[in-house]
Amino acid sequence: MTDQERDYHDIPGTYVFDGTHYRKGYYLNMFCMSLNKQENRDEFRKDEEAYLAKFPVTNEQRKALLERNWLEMLRLGGNIYYTFKLAIFDGMTMQAAGAAMSDSGMTEEEFKHMMITGGRPIDGNRSKKETK
Amino acid sequence: MGKIIAGVGTSHIPAIGAAVDHNKTQEAYWKPVFDGMEPAKKWIEEVKPDVCIVVFNDHASAFSLESISTFAIGVAPEFQPADEGYGPRKVPVVKGNPELAWHITESLIMDEFDMTIVNEMPVDHGLTVPLSIMFGQPEEWPCEVIPLCVNVIQYPQPTGNRCFNLGKAIRKAVESYPKDTKVAVFGTGGLSHQLQGERAGLINADYDEQWLDDLVSAPEKIKHTSHTEYLRETGSEGIEAIMWFIMRGALDEDVEQVYRFTHCPVSNTHYGLLVLENKDK
Repeated sequence: MTDQERDYHDIPGTYVFDGTHYRKGYYLNMFCMSLNKQENRDEFRKDEEAYLAKFPVTNEQRKALLERNWLEMLRLGGNIYYTFKLAIFDGMTMQAAGAAMSDSGMTEEEFKHMMITGGRPIDGNRSKKETK
Repeated sequence: MGKIIAGVGTSHIPAIGAAVDHNKTQEAYWKPVFDGMEPAKKWIEEVKPDVCIVVFNDHASAFSLESISTFAIGVAPEFQPADEGYGPRKVPVVKGNPELAWHITESLIMDEFDMTIVNEMPVDHGLTVPLSIMFGQPEEWPCEVIPLCVNVIQYPQPTGNRCFNLGKAIRKAVESYPKDTKVAVFGTGGLSHQLQGERAGLINADYDEQWLDDLVSAPEKIKHTSHTEYLRETGSEGIEAIMWFIMRGALDEDVEQVYRFTHCPVSNTHYGLLVLENKDK
């Protein structure tokens, strides 16, 4: 796949996990996948940097992972089902992760409240043209 | 002979499994959800399928970016619950039906659906949560399960039309099985939800309700819906609802909607549950 312009690039706040993201984020995601195993979780908990050094991630990716910059992970090729494994490791809920990715500095409680009142509305969020 | 007796559609939200496993189903947040599932539980207790073909997706548990299969079928005698980072769910081991699974595999491949054939496949919430929804907390699952795993995480996912046609081919396979076997097909995942990015938390309930109406009565109308429309209208993770087309394709053109329930939100998702039977049973 070439890294061409796609019609879904017009969807705001959405990182479609296509071939471009796959190629960028392969090792970042495979690091996250490794946390499925208890012995790896233990090792990562003991020394995050040492464990992460086993994976050939870029410096930017390493920084985003260690700083738990959830949006930056997506920008650098992360897939949410993989990066969420790191959030599980941290004991985060999906709502806390959702709040951390919302760019408006939302708290987990605010995110939960948004969900209970019907979620983030589709109107105004379909297209980047709408949000500008 | 094998016979498809029904189709079930349900979201497979992990928090539902956690609510069951940690006895939270009667808490205020969860009670309306589990009450809404009751009629479907009662229904399946009566129809008692011998085998459920559960169409689901793996969430980086059995498979990873190392190798991505568009359609994979589980042919093992059993499938262990996967460790998704919290330790495996304490649910019964999922028993397969290798003979029927191989029969379906052969029939599908001869029908030009080139399945990946899988023996070793720990199953995650994508498969075990639908079983908890339909069967509660039994000592053993009351039916055998053939897992059918679809890639919905890596773009491009298969098209709705391809899924619909795969459902038709599954029906043909089941109906050519010589042993008397009652089979239900589960389509899982959806409805609208977005877990990632600044748009996380997106729900589009109106779109989902219309989509469910069409899936029941006019699947031809929506089977060519584009990936971008799903991503835009139902959220980046909402596209997994294409798996319901496999269930729908395995049924007659005319079906009876036995039960339908939706609830918003369950975790970050618009929850949907659908029970369909062929009119001519």
